[in-house]
Amino acid sequence: MPEIRNYTLNFGPQHPAAHGVLRLVLEMDGEVIERADPHIGLLHRGTEKLAEYKPFNQSIGYMDRLDYVSMMCNEHGYVRAIEKLLGIDPPIRAHYIRTLFDEITRVLNHLMWLGAHALDIGAMSVFLYCFREREDLMDCYEAVSGARLHATYYRPGGVHRDLPDQMPQFPERSSQWHSRRDMKKLNRARGGSLLDFIADFSQRFPALIDEYETLLTDNRIWKQRTVGIGVVTPERAKALGFTGPMLRGSGIAWDLRKKQPYAAYDQVQFDIPIGQNGDCYDRYLVRIEEMRQSNRIIQQCVEWLRHHPGPVMIDDHKIAPPTRAKVKEDMEALIHHFKLFTEGYCPPAGEVYAAVEAPKGEFGCYIIADGANKPYRLKVRAPGFPHLAAMNEMAKGHMLADVVAIIGTMDIVFGEIDR
Amino acid sequence: MIDSALTTGDARLDTLALSLNKHFAQYGCALFTAPSEVTLVVPAHHLSHICLTLRDHQDFCFEQLIDLCGVDYAAYGQSEWETTAAATDGFGRAVDRDPVIDNHNSQRFAVVYHLLSLQTNRRLRVRVYADAQQPRVTSVIDIWPVADWFEREAFDLFGILFDGHPDLRRILTDYGFIGHPFRKDFPLSGHVAMRYDPDQRRVIYEPVTIAPRVLVPRVTRDDGRYLTHPNHPAASGDNHA
Repeated sequence: MPEIRNYTLNFGPQHPAAHGVLRLVLEMDGEVIERADPHIGLLHRGTEKLAEYKPFNQSIGYMDRLDYVSMMCNEHGYVRAIEKLLGIDPPIRAHYIRTLFDEITRVLNHLMWLGAHALDIGAMSVFLYCFREREDLMDCYEAVSGARLHATYYRPGGVHRDLPDQMPQFPERSSQWHSRRDMKKLNRARGGSLLDFIADFSQRFPALIDEYETLLTDNRIWKQRTVGIGVVTPERAKALGFTGPMLRGSGIAWDLRKKQPYAAYDQVQFDIPIGQNGDCYDRYLVRIEEMRQSNRIIQQCVEWLRHHPGPVMIDDHKIAPPTRAKVKEDMEALIHHFKLFTEGYCPPAGEVYAAVEAPKGEFGCYIIADGANKPYRLKVRAPGFPHLAAMNEMAKGHMLADVVAIIGTMDIVFGEIDR
Repeated sequence: MIDSALTTGDARLDTLALSLNKHFAQYGCALFTAPSEVTLVVPAHHLSHICLTLRDHQDFCFEQLIDLCGVDYAAYGQSEWETTAAATDGFGRAVDRDPVIDNHNSQRFAVVYHLLSLQTNRRLRVRVYADAQQPRVTSVIDIWPVADWFEREAFDLFGILFDGHPDLRRILTDYGFIGHPFRKDFPLSGHVAMRYDPDQRRVIYEPVTIAPRVLVPRVTRDDGRYLTHPNHPAASGDNHA
């Protein structure tokens, strides 16, 4: 009988379950993983280097493109670092808007994760269900910033503009793709303001999460594919630099929104779910519960924002541009506008690190400023980077098919890992 | 080693600064504070055991290494456009693009560690300098396993060598890449561009043809107009003097 030897298997970078451009070199013993060596960097764009050559505000758009499924949370991390550097604090309404949109982003991210993860392990319908809800939330993005994905909505000192009083509507006529009745149905919740639309969504959303759970939580195949797969003990989770749901799935109650509150998180009620066994199934349960908690925060923010109008941007034209109308009639406003857009602002020399609880974990920005109008060095601490680094440890001893489940549970997005 | 006054504005961080002073003053460390920031600058040959103490001692308990990154200080404080003379004889129009790189600076490179303690809910920044000619720093991979990829990244982008790292390969750049792209003397557009050549029927590398240009010059203004209140990160901090 011939001797069976280990062999090397190349997985990706063009594999649909590799979540983008991951190239995994797997050393296999039969169907069991002996060693997993992820090769990353295929999406490296040098975001941090590019940021060194641009005024501070011009890099906000790059942050959207890091973790491109949790856009506004990345902006929040970057903008918070600049605010800390400048020593400014945005108005309270801006804090609430940021909290609201951070949570909308968290739901967007977890829906994307849930759909893709389920699809990877063989459940097709969840993917379609999740995208149905993502559509509504991306409409919120569009209503507030004009862009469905890369919003560039947060700015140092607040947010770009206040929430719109009217939700954009679809034209009520039939087309090649939709009947008039369909269009009417799409406009059902769009009669009022953006807040009305979000309130309507948050009313419907818990029942929709129940729908996903009906498909998966007690599903025998789902449990066979996730229970006991990719187990990480709390000690290892800490040593491997895990944050976010990856850390909480291992049973450590750590969430920056609670422990180091920012924006309006100390004003809202919510709970932090944690897992017990640290396997893929627990991390699934944690993320599902996080969506429910995010929905609670969204409801509270909507309620607050309805009753508290006010400014959404600091009143300092060295940092925030004056309004268009003012630029037309006030010489000083014109000068401020010109200086801000041609040169930017020069924060004092110093270094700051500011982090937010992004859907995937701790997203931090470390900025070194030397007194110029551009950052001297920007380092983005992407949560997915240490998670993927633990691939070898998590996949060792598992079967080839489990690698897909483990990639899925890490919630990998290459935009932020490769930067 | 402690700087004149504690400016963290946070009692827990002040305690941290005092215990750092107590434990590490003897090793010639430097300590800097700014609002909600504590920075410890460590001499390179003491890095390992200081990190071990920071992880294991009950005064610190920094069980997580949140981030590790390289920094190239070669062009620190240099601007492309002098504005100091602007008041008397107008702005100079020419942009001075090339930074002056001192290749004999013993503090050109730095490795910056961001530590987090889940138990005490505190953060600490540790910095260790490395020399320009042959930047070498001891690896902390035995203390925090997460350092593995972070150190590979710092090696790839800055060419900092980590003694004791078992597998120091490039991580983000292309297979066979030459140079360390995040160094300040590496141009933004790089040295080579890649395209598919239909004649040779393969992907080839060529020297870049894009001319570098500056859209917004790097300008430093220290008129202090943003120092609106005293507890500001820059009011007292390590400005890399």
